[in-house]
Amino acid sequence: MLKLDEMQKKLLEEVADLHAVPEGAYNIRSNGKSIGRSSSAHIHITSKEDGSGIVVQIDPETKKESVHIPVVMTQTGLKEVVYNDFYIGKDADVVIVAGCGIDNCGNQDAQHDGIHRFFVDPGAKVKYVEKHYGSGEGKGKRILNPVTEVFLSENAYMEMEMVQIKGVDDTNRKTVAKLDAGSKLVVRERLMTHDEQNAVSTYDVVMDGAGSSADVVSRSVARDRSFQKFDAKLVGNAECSGHTECDSIIMDEGRILAVPGLEANHVDAALVHEAAIGKIAGEQIIKLMTLGLTESEAEEQIIKGFLN
Amino acid sequence: MIELEHVSFEVNDEKEGKEIIHDVSFKIPDGQLIVITGPNGGGKSTLAKLIAGIEKPTSGKIWMDGKDITGWSVTERARAGIAYAFQQPVRFKGIRVLDLIRLAKGEKLAVSDACVYLSSVGLCARDYVNREVNASLSGGELKRIEIATVLAREGHLSIFDEPEAGIDLWSFKNLISVFEEMRQRIKDRSILIISHQERILNIADQIVVLRAGRLDAAGPKDEILPTLIGTSSASPDCRFQAPSGGETEC
Ligand SMILES: Nc1ncnc2c1ncn2[C@@H]1O[C@H](COP(=O)(O)OP(=O)(O)O)[C@@H](O)[C@H]1O
Ligand SMILES: [Mg+2]
Repeated sequence: MLKLDEMQKKLLEEVADLHAVPEGAYNIRSNGKSIGRSSSAHIHITSKEDGSGIVVQIDPETKKESVHIPVVMTQTGLKEVVYNDFYIGKDADVVIVAGCGIDNCGNQDAQHDGIHRFFVDPGAKVKYVEKHYGSGEGKGKRILNPVTEVFLSENAYMEMEMVQIKGVDDTNRKTVAKLDAGSKLVVRERLMTHDEQNAVSTYDVVMDGAGSSADVVSRSVARDRSFQKFDAKLVGNAECSGHTECDSIIMDEGRILAVPGLEANHVDAALVHEAAIGKIAGEQIIKLMTLGLTESEAEEQIIKGFLN
Repeated sequence: MIELEHVSFEVNDEKEGKEIIHDVSFKIPDGQLIVITGPNGGGKSTLAKLIAGIEKPTSGKIWMDGKDITGWSVTERARAGIAYAFQQPVRFKGIRVLDLIRLAKGEKLAVSDACVYLSSVGLCARDYVNREVNASLSGGELKRIEIATVLAREGHLSIFDEPEAGIDLWSFKNLISVFEEMRQRIKDRSILIISHQERILNIADQIVVLRAGRLDAAGPKDEILPTLIGTSSASPDCRFQAPSGGETEC
């Protein structure tokens, strides 16, 4: 039976909403090694032979099942790169919950770089949830550099929910996707940076197949002296539709750079980019103050709703 | 009781001082419904903002139950029971109608209780509680939600700034009965409505006419209303626009 200490439990709750061992298939990685694993009848988790990561194989037609693969780190100075591959069979419909929580109370940096590749077979549906969280008083940084590669076959669908609200000092996220005919990618990113944090998020989505579509939306808040860069590029090589949106609240001395990139290589590619950066509207704060909130309570409510 | 005493408000418009409210004094006694009317641009909304603390008078004082609240912040006045439904309600991305009503009420209100406030402004509650207060709502829907949040506050003084704007006739009749019913229940509380509508003027205890920032007339309804009939300060119902969004039957 899996034994977890209090910090591991807290991190698992933050990144995967896990209060107990998850139902269905899971792999829990803590401080560089797997501390619990379970496959299910249709979802098979195995280690790669070279030990660099895991392979998650989901059988065709697997419906309404989930797999949890959270990572927790509590050891200062630990740096790891993990390569995980996901094969999602034809017409499957599954939820994959990843996420990484780092508690660094030491003075050396702790870093997790997860390289995830998703091979989604025709007609399959995947919901992927990835939460990042950091805590700890140490001077050492908490660093996360996820790379996600997505290959959507015909009529496949993938929805990615990426959340990073607190405690990660440095993150450089790269997401690359290739879309075949009729497939669809939906990305919902929510990000808040504070103190001196730095977050870069880069998307490169290539729509190769006719009737494919992509919708990449980021909502973010940059507080204190933090910096964010949102760099979203959509490429349309066929009849397709793409939309990216960066909607940001800037506070204090925060800085945000939004870089739109649209490349249409086909006359029927319809691509849209929207970006809006601004501070919280004064009238929103005043309205909530007329309901009895203080100015800072009003700000918190507005941000909470915005990142909801 | 709220009392305005020689309140003036000036803004600096292109380096020149511009007086928007000039030496206005009147009382809002407990248990009364006061309607402020007058031409557009006369300073009605500005007066409401001065009472809610959103603007501060350049001179003069505002009293609440014998306390000088002139220097109080918006939050302090809200906590003392001043509630204000804006003429132009504010939109919020991600905040749901239910969240806003709960914030207004100041407690974790049951969904069914929140629905009561929405129903009283003619919104089918279950269609709206989980909607975001964002750009997807029509002007009329937003306006009614704004009114519902102020109803939820059950303030010591509830201010409604042109509540009829963007509301269809059916809902308007309903709204009048909400105000009338509120008027019956208030006792130690009071209501201030900014309106041009004859039917709203008609349920007032007192009417205040504001023109070009000055108090043009003030007194009991029976005295003031006859002088206004036929002017733009008291329009009959036929001025209403067609219904816009928000089903009233559910
Ligand atoms: N902060 C401000 N700066 C400049 N002019 C203002 C300001 N607030 C209000 N005004 C002007 O004061 C006048 C009264 O406005 P308002 O109170 O909104 O009138 P009403 O609600 O009676 O239509 C208008 O001419 C308006 O443009
Ligand atoms: Mg006005």
